[in-house]
Amino acid sequence: MSIRSQLKLRPRADQRPAAPVAAKMVARGVRVSYGAKPALKGIDLDIQENRVLALIGPSGCGKSTFLRCLNRMNDTIEGCRVEGRITLDGEDVYGRTIDPVQLRARVGMVFQKPNPFPKSIYDNVAYGPRIHGLASGRDELDEVVQTSLKRAGLWAEVRERLREPGTSLSGGQQQRLCIARAIAVSPEVILMDEPCSALDPIATAHIEELIDELRANYTIVIVTHNMQQAARVSQRTAFFHLGEMVECDDTEEIFTNPRDERTQGYITGRYG
Amino acid sequence: MQPTLLALTLVLLTVIGFLAGRSRAAASVGGRVAELHSVPSYHGLYVALWAGLPALLLFVAWTASEGWLAMQLVLSGLPDRLTAGDVQSLSLLKADILNLARGISTGREPDPAVAEAARRYGALRDLAGWSLLAVGASLAVAGLAWGRHRIGPDLRARPAVERVVRAALVVCSLVAILTTVGIVLSLLFEALRFFSIVSPADFLFGTHWSPQVAMRADQVGSSGSFGALPLFAGTLLVTVVAMTVAVPVGLMAAIYLSEYAGRGMRTWLKPTLEILAGIPTVVYGFFAALTMAPAVRAAGEALGLDVSSESALAAGIVMGVMIIPFVSSLSDDVINAVPQSLRDGSYGLGATKSETIRQVVLPAALPGVVAAVMLAVSRAIGETMIVTMASGLTANLTANPLQAVTTVTTQVAALLVGDQEFDSPKTLSAFGLGLVLFLVTLCLNVVALRVVRTYRERYD
Repeated sequence: MSIRSQLKLRPRADQRPAAPVAAKMVARGVRVSYGAKPALKGIDLDIQENRVLALIGPSGCGKSTFLRCLNRMNDTIEGCRVEGRITLDGEDVYGRTIDPVQLRARVGMVFQKPNPFPKSIYDNVAYGPRIHGLASGRDELDEVVQTSLKRAGLWAEVRERLREPGTSLSGGQQQRLCIARAIAVSPEVILMDEPCSALDPIATAHIEELIDELRANYTIVIVTHNMQQAARVSQRTAFFHLGEMVECDDTEEIFTNPRDERTQGYITGRYG
Repeated sequence: MQPTLLALTLVLLTVIGFLAGRSRAAASVGGRVAELHSVPSYHGLYVALWAGLPALLLFVAWTASEGWLAMQLVLSGLPDRLTAGDVQSLSLLKADILNLARGISTGREPDPAVAEAARRYGALRDLAGWSLLAVGASLAVAGLAWGRHRIGPDLRARPAVERVVRAALVVCSLVAILTTVGIVLSLLFEALRFFSIVSPADFLFGTHWSPQVAMRADQVGSSGSFGALPLFAGTLLVTVVAMTVAVPVGLMAAIYLSEYAGRGMRTWLKPTLEILAGIPTVVYGFFAALTMAPAVRAAGEALGLDVSSESALAAGIVMGVMIIPFVSSLSDDVINAVPQSLRDGSYGLGATKSETIRQVVLPAALPGVVAAVMLAVSRAIGETMIVTMASGLTANLTANPLQAVTTVTTQVAALLVGDQEFDSPKTLSAFGLGLVLFLVTLCLNVVALRVVRTYRERYD
């Protein structure tokens, strides 16, 4: 079954973008190198508010690197150099006035492999609100935890076992726990780095539904290797290749009518 | 002389066996090695084992029994008037024979019959040595011939060799285990002898320790008192001081090393820290006795405190310094083993480095850190030299670290130094102390293992 026919099978009116939307984050001329090895060669990309942007491309094309630039996670890697300009609501995230720690509270992240902390389910979700002092008092914290778990679609499954370790959950539940954990600090943008690559199809379907629901409140950037997934969850798609961004357009446009032949080759499975 | 000769012969024969086996295996298939069940070198090892192993086993069994056998033969030839005595006079007789046979004077003119027996004993041992050489060498040659004879394309040489290797591995691990069991048993039996003289309750809960026992009935003052409580208290005190120094410093050093230090810093800092572990404890003892103890005393006096010149505090501090590398090195490994994904997860939520370390990394590393600390405690309890040199031999029942105390290990060492009679409670009390020490460290290790296991179940 081709991507095109799949898109037709699942027509979604709300996926079609109406009027142009304001850009939440803007990247201009972003270059990244690890030591002497260049990873990104000048990326220009707009991330629109309350939309899901999918980054696709073959392994090693720099899409995860780009994602990690958006909340300065690359700062923790030795020998990584970032040039260019990335703004969040017009403010330069690499600027002097921005603290990377505060930035990451505004731009949350969910990782490829579920990585719950070795704490209880409750404490996993409460971790962020506690360190940022977002909840004053026990009741308010309970409230935040409950809301976050509900939004992540995990509440019904764990409400009776909040004191059990987060690692006792299944892989898909762990990933939703990590999403709940990210939501709990009320970020504006959520970055997801192949969030379903370690999960089975049912858990994946769960997460995908969840991403679609989260779009109402958050701006989401998702890296994925799975093109059906990109087609299903995103409104805009950017195709990366060898450290460059080849093209970025509405998802339907990219999958049905790609302008660049490298994009065409990748989405039809000729390489990558 | 003969054993050396036999050993050389065996080495030579096994080497020959290896070469012969290998070449014969290749020859048996006309050089098409792929047709062999096992590669030629396994055939070589197979023959070498046949040549060496039976002869080696014979050698071990022979050496173990030869002396005893020769002695029995000699004794049976002696007149009854000499051998009729009790066990003690018999063992004296045996000692005389052995000494005479080795040409060591017993200090008195030997009985002609005993002198004759010693001569016979020497001759028997000599004969036995040569016959061992002859039998051993022929056994090795026979083994070599047998092994070589069996070689053919279908011989399963590899499994046979691997069985022998596995048996050797089992024997090696048994040696370690049996030695431990032997040590525990010897400790246990001597301790039981001690507890038949002094009641365990007096020993464990008595508060007066003065192990001097009168040698003559009319001697004054030395009645002997074996209340070991001051020793346990002293050990505990010194250990607590040591851990108070070692755990915070070691742990924080580990955190710096694993989380903050750059690669360059780490490559020289960690080995430097580990040098601390390589300093002999005697040298720490000097430092404790000559530098730390006077310093502690001076500092105490400046504050108007009464500090004795040998103090638990001085010994404990130096011991703590000695233990730092244990805690830091082990904890560093454990902290490094915490997956980077957990740190990323925490940073991704906007946590600072210190929040991440305190709330995510350390809890995840906790079981390993606990194990490291337990190991360090065992080490502190068992440490002898520093305390002997810096904290003294006075058995003081006190919780004041500024006073001189003595520890279990120090007392054990003091009790067993020099000539000792092994039936006096003074000497035997060392085994009682040793047993208690062993039980305590055993419990600590068991607890540490359990802690590690429970947390591992919860965190992995």
